[in-house]
Amino acid sequence: MGWADNLKRSLLVKGGVHPPASKLAAGVKISDGPKPKRVLIPLSQHVGAACEPLVEKGDRVLLGQKIGDSDSYISAPVHSSVSGEVTSIQRFPHPSGRDVLTVEISSDGEDAPAPGLGPAPDPLSMEPGEIRRRVREGGIVGLGGAVFPTHVKLSPPSDRPIEAVIVNGAECEPFLTGDYRLMLERGQDIIHGARIIRRAVGAERIIIAIEQTGPKAIAAMREAVPDDGIEVFILPGIYPQGAEKTLVKTVLGREVPSGGLPMDVGAIVDNVGTCAAISELFLTGMPLTRRIVTVAGDGVAGRANLEVRIGTVVREVIDFCGGLSGDPGKVILGGPMMGLAQYTMDVPVTKATGGILVFKKGSVFCEEPGHFSCIRCGRCVRRCPMNLRPYLLGSYSDAGMWDHLEDLYINDCMECGSCAYICPTKNPLVQLIKVGKEGFNRRKRKMEALAEKASEEAEEKENAGKTA
Amino acid sequence: MPEKQPDSELEKEQEAGVEPDEARAESRLLNIGVSPHIRDSSTTAGIMGWVIVALLPITAYGIYMGGVSAAIVVAMSILGAVATEAVIQRLRHEPVTVNDLSAVLTGLLLGLTLPPELPFWMPLLGGIVAIALGKQVFGGLGHNIFNPALVGRAVLFVSYSKYMTTSYLFSPKAPVFASQSIKSINAITTATPLAAQGLVRKDELTVAASRYYGPLLVGNPWGCIGEVSAVLILVGLAILLYKGLVDWRIPVCYVGTVVVLSWILGMDPLFAALAGGLLFGACFMATDYVTNPMTAWGKVIFAVGCGIVTTVLRFYSNLPEGVMFAILLMNGFTPLIDRYVKPVPYGVRAMRRAQAAAEAEQAGEAA
Amino acid sequence: MSLVWKAALALGALAFFFGVLLAIAYLRFKVETDPRLDELLEAVLGSNCGACGYPGCEPACEAVLAGEAGVDVCVAGGQKCAEAVARIMGVEASMGERGVALVHCQGGLAESAPKAVYHGIDSCAAADKIAGGFKACDYGCLGLGTCKSVCPVNAITIDEDRRRQVDRDRCTGCGLCVDVCPRSLIELVPRDQQVLVMCNSADKGAKAKKVCSVCCIACKKCEKACEFDAIKVVDNCARIDFEKCTQCGKCIEVCPTDVLVRVEPTAAQRKKSKAPTAA
Repeated sequence: MGWADNLKRSLLVKGGVHPPASKLAAGVKISDGPKPKRVLIPLSQHVGAACEPLVEKGDRVLLGQKIGDSDSYISAPVHSSVSGEVTSIQRFPHPSGRDVLTVEISSDGEDAPAPGLGPAPDPLSMEPGEIRRRVREGGIVGLGGAVFPTHVKLSPPSDRPIEAVIVNGAECEPFLTGDYRLMLERGQDIIHGARIIRRAVGAERIIIAIEQTGPKAIAAMREAVPDDGIEVFILPGIYPQGAEKTLVKTVLGREVPSGGLPMDVGAIVDNVGTCAAISELFLTGMPLTRRIVTVAGDGVAGRANLEVRIGTVVREVIDFCGGLSGDPGKVILGGPMMGLAQYTMDVPVTKATGGILVFKKGSVFCEEPGHFSCIRCGRCVRRCPMNLRPYLLGSYSDAGMWDHLEDLYINDCMECGSCAYICPTKNPLVQLIKVGKEGFNRRKRKMEALAEKASEEAEEKENAGKTA
Repeated sequence: MPEKQPDSELEKEQEAGVEPDEARAESRLLNIGVSPHIRDSSTTAGIMGWVIVALLPITAYGIYMGGVSAAIVVAMSILGAVATEAVIQRLRHEPVTVNDLSAVLTGLLLGLTLPPELPFWMPLLGGIVAIALGKQVFGGLGHNIFNPALVGRAVLFVSYSKYMTTSYLFSPKAPVFASQSIKSINAITTATPLAAQGLVRKDELTVAASRYYGPLLVGNPWGCIGEVSAVLILVGLAILLYKGLVDWRIPVCYVGTVVVLSWILGMDPLFAALAGGLLFGACFMATDYVTNPMTAWGKVIFAVGCGIVTTVLRFYSNLPEGVMFAILLMNGFTPLIDRYVKPVPYGVRAMRRAQAAAEAEQAGEAA
Repeated sequence: MSLVWKAALALGALAFFFGVLLAIAYLRFKVETDPRLDELLEAVLGSNCGACGYPGCEPACEAVLAGEAGVDVCVAGGQKCAEAVARIMGVEASMGERGVALVHCQGGLAESAPKAVYHGIDSCAAADKIAGGFKACDYGCLGLGTCKSVCPVNAITIDEDRRRQVDRDRCTGCGLCVDVCPRSLIELVPRDQQVLVMCNSADKGAKAKKVCSVCCIACKKCEKACEFDAIKVVDNCARIDFEKCTQCGKCIEVCPTDVLVRVEPTAAQRKKSKAPTAA
């Protein structure tokens, strides 16, 4: 990697920031997480419709048994991560902050697998439709954090030919190291999963995109790559390289249309974790019941990359890593740039939980943001990976001028937090943009409803005039 | 009584030790806030502080050259600015934010654009006007349209033009006074040193423009406190660029435009770049965050506009110098530039292309 | 001295010249408007609040003149404005009396427990999005004043303890606050209704009690006390049927958590009751 390569890469990328990487757990091997006595499996762990419970209180469930599903297309079933008895189905705290309908299961510790789970014969020559069906039944969703149902991604319409499968190994969030460890330790699984995806969408190329800040992962993946149209692409080490849209631009040099999906430009992007989960699903038949979680931060005694059963309560995972150290000030699920701060440690690990970060009271992570004030330094405009103008989005949102937000393409903001990170006045820009999005979309719906009503009335009048 | 039922359940709960007050122990609560939970360490005070650091070499040298009176001018304008900021913010029942250093910077910038030999109340008044009329009337930091320091200077300039154009440095400390030719320039240019440019332009001066290079670079006796040395201004600019605090486009395009236009109009280009307040204005005044456009191309337009107006004022007006009014004028255009020069968001071109293609297809089908 | 006179004369002449010019321009380029427009602009509230759906007061008045909007166009102005507009337009004011805003929560910082320390902007909509709000009660008022900021007549106040108060005399029932409350806590209730439920919690009694000292615990005492079948506990919270309620206040007496309150009648009602001419 010469400087010319570096320069070329940095020219490809617009904006972005360099938060301190703090990959504390990068050297820690992936190990098994706690064996919980009780799991809380929320029926909504993905983008789309929530699942309906398929079990009842008192039922005995087995490991990998489907316990919730939905008729809706954009949805994914959930499975039990232990064998045991359903003790209740009610609303429990959820990482989103709202209580969500959850299946509570007490484990019998046997991990008796559900019947009928077994390896799929020869997935690489399977019908794409059958692959999609199995991926859906396996409850596979995007494990990078967006938790979009993968089977939907694998179903591009026929007028959108897919040219490349981009395997997202860019773990640009500070602290998180799960994907990095996965690439080091399970490169073959990732590639097997990527091939199944390639088979499902009929693509030719597989591009494994890895940040230049992880040379070991690059070397490991290069070693694991056989020579059939699979390539390793080295990304610049800039946050947010792992976001789907920026990744497509850097790797393929194409922009995903505003409001569109990567499939519009012939690409699908899947996280390395998703690929590994698909590989496991086809090799062993086990649906998505575990995921890799990075535990780190100064508020927790240990640091680890754990393969945690979905539904394990966060407090139990923290205790497994040696417990708290000092007074906890903030508990974040996900990374520090986009993760969700929790009000309680009694929330379960879900399919979206890539990291559990605990910070002590008084650490920089618990600092209060400033109030809205802008010195027009222009850093947010320069750093916005979507080329938006965050300072204007913030000020219009602050003033409640929702109508002005349309011309600023507020819905294209992916809330990566680069603007708020770099802002010298510590503006809560992301929060303002979130409020602005809601205000704008609500106003737009209202206006559309009004326009519809007006046109209906006009029609009625016209009709009345005709009959008269 | 059946009504008792729900109450007793509650009482049971309370007996079990679940006191409502228990949950209220503030110290045990976790902190919730929106992402990002991590922020860059730069602050407003840090940025202002670094600009002040970048100004320190030129300030020190200017005070060395101008003596005690220059020190008083700078100190008074800073005092006026900071005190006004504090008083107005107190009156408006806002938090007093003088420790973000922005008022200090405004005062310092104002002081450096004044001649060294002023009565003490004049820079004080300038500082007050700069903050009160230049900044706080618009709502404080970030809301002003015009560069506050230049507003202060402009008010002093039109109100006390005699002082503002004659009280320049004649310090014997200036190293250039040793040379005989400079003394002859002094003799000719007498009271209004910046008019020397006019003399050079009109070839009425026997001394070639290149004779000025040396003094302008290292010890300019005809300028304001902050214009004593082009080299030290460039040192300050280098600090700003190294810290990533200013966009290189503004000083480069501004000075570049003036150089090119002056050359076309027949003035010695290097003299045009070094003389007067151009360098100081281009490096420290035009680059003020609040009053220049947000986008890269906006900044280029702004800087080129400043250059054109400066040259026009220098060549075709009664004013000896046009930097101040040029920057103020272009400040007024900044909102307009920001309105029309804007970045195209990611994916919008692609979206428009797709829409155009869909429309073309529809049109084709219709035909 | 003569210089002063000359200057005065010159400036005076200039001023006169421009004055005449302006007068000519005014007469020559005058835009004919309906004289009633100015009167209407006087009659409506004039704060450009946008509650009516028009971009400002002037477009709203133009709509009235064009017959597109009714005399009750000024939502924020309420009854008084509607009458004034009707007078100008020469028609009967035909609008039913609007309700008055009621915030279905009385828990401030002292009564209602927090579940976390909130760091962020002072906006209910923003705070509600983070971890479901900082209050342990998922239904209660966050008290950051989004409703207050949209009220065109400043009828809502919030004290240091984040308890809010609606000035029922000022409130015109425009409903702007109803739309912005992220927790849908605000309802327009009939103006003469004096007995009100100050809670919206759908939590079961025990849980609600744990997080708030002034919440409805769904004990149903009010339901039993009511002789007119006007109060019902729905979704763990008491609701009053305003049609049936006679304002007798028996429910208030039995409520263990003071969720039911009696409010003072509004000034308009006091006037009405003093002059019992209503047929």
